[in-house]
Amino acid sequence: MHVPDGFLDAPTSVATGVVAAAAVGIALKGARRELDDRTAPLAGLVAAFVFAVQMLNFPVASGTTGHLMGGALAAVLVGPFTAVLCTSCVFIVQCLLFADGGITALGTNILLMGVTTVVVGWFVFKGVQLVLPKVPGMAAPAAFAAALVSVVVASLVFVGLYAVGGTADLSLGSLAGAMVGVHTLIGIGEGVITFLAVGSILAVRPDLVYGARPLLERRELEIRTPEAAA
Amino acid sequence: MSRGRLSTRGVRIAILVVALFLAGVVSFYAASSPDGLTKVSLDKGFADTEKEHGASDGPFAGYGSSFIDDERLSGGVAGVVGVLVVLGLTGGLTYVVRRRRSESESASESASA
Repeated sequence: MHVPDGFLDAPTSVATGVVAAAAVGIALKGARRELDDRTAPLAGLVAAFVFAVQMLNFPVASGTTGHLMGGALAAVLVGPFTAVLCTSCVFIVQCLLFADGGITALGTNILLMGVTTVVVGWFVFKGVQLVLPKVPGMAAPAAFAAALVSVVVASLVFVGLYAVGGTADLSLGSLAGAMVGVHTLIGIGEGVITFLAVGSILAVRPDLVYGARPLLERRELEIRTPEAAA
Repeated sequence: MSRGRLSTRGVRIAILVVALFLAGVVSFYAASSPDGLTKVSLDKGFADTEKEHGASDGPFAGYGSSFIDDERLSGGVAGVVGVLVVLGLTGGLTYVVRRRRSESESASESASA
């Protein structure tokens, strides 16, 4: 969903740039609490992994492809604040080194595919965790749902930005329908990739999955209480 | 970690190897049709509002290496470079953020001691 230069007008691009910069500023502060002995060694690698998987476009419908955005995945693995830093670095490198995503649209792309997918993904993840069984393994299906919803919401945020500052005169209803339609399919792909990635790390080191840690600590407490129950 | 079957170092190496393999080798086989937004812009007739990218003459523009003729190698090298640059940038940034955290923590600890 990399937005090129020219889709949005200059005032909208400046505004999204300011909002994206503010979000990165907040993330720089918040990430200090998240970056401990377990998340800090993974942050750079999670960003590198997101970059690599973003190169792998998969077909979703006739003549259309999609690729991972990675915000929900990064949020579950290293925490939401660190995830904003990870995805922002990916979009900066893609824009400047690979000419993918416009330079004036860099703020827009960080806001859409970084901040939106991280924030939406994280809250959906926490919400789904509330209704699923309270075991660490449930972080993988919760991450699937988070990833799917985050992509659909990001496509709607694009429509909202286009309504404010789109450079062509379009029917917003039909734009929204087309964007949500194709991005629901892309979101399923995003969910599958996120499920597999989170599930793989859960299988070997559940303590390295930031979003599964509260459940790990809870499980340890339960194991230590057989005498009290007897 | 008694529960862990793999050290943190092992997990890090595994993620790096997978990322390098995906970007360096598998990316050649990725689908090449337009992505969701590009397709919608073509269908709805606003694809022509796209302007040329300011960095489109860079050595790795479009996920290829302009100095390598072989298509497979060109994309593979670009992918590997991208993985390493993103790793360095994000790893460096989070290292600095974390160092500031440990400085402020040790400062508050020595203040309370």
